[in-house]
Amino acid sequence: MPMPAHEIEALIKTAFPDAEVVLTLLAADNDHYQAVVTSAAFKGKSRVTQHQMVYAALKGKMGGDLHALMLTTVAKGP
Amino acid sequence: MPNVHDQIAEAVAANDVVLYMKGTPVFPQCGFSAAVVEMLTKLGVKFKAFDVLADADLRQGIKDFANWPTIPQLYVKGEFVGGCDIIREMFASGELKDLLTEKGVAVSA
Repeated sequence: MPMPAHEIEALIKTAFPDAEVVLTLLAADNDHYQAVVTSAAFKGKSRVTQHQMVYAALKGKMGGDLHALMLTTVAKGP
Repeated sequence: MPNVHDQIAEAVAANDVVLYMKGTPVFPQCGFSAAVVEMLTKLGVKFKAFDVLADADLRQGIKDFANWPTIPQLYVKGEFVGGCDIIREMFASGELKDLLTEKGVAVSA
């Protein structure tokens, strides 16, 4: 089941209030997205942990409702 | 019924590089799996691949194993390295090759 972009962005921003989220739709199906998430919360964390934090914010929708989210996480500097 | 978690733990311990993917290296069934196969092939890395589409228990089990919701998943020397996005980033920066070399895995490129 596809997921509208504003829902994805809202879930990420709820978990990371400081986050900058750049979401791009890769196909016109509301199902294949690319996201760049920048947040200070990622500082000092491994890439795997950073991505797990975003997946947790999406509350299990990744791999289910949301088929594909190409994810890049960036730790916001001081 | 064999325990999927134990099966995975054994597989990633017994093989230096393990890829859980959709389809097989020759016939990948998903673009993200295909991309990781291509990067490993470019590096000349030997890897053991498991097709999660052929085994529903494994398909769910591997997600639980790494607390990672998607496939493909790459393991090097028993450690979960990442999914397609992370592998792509690491491949582009040269980090993937460095990691493999550091872990004593032969790369030919």
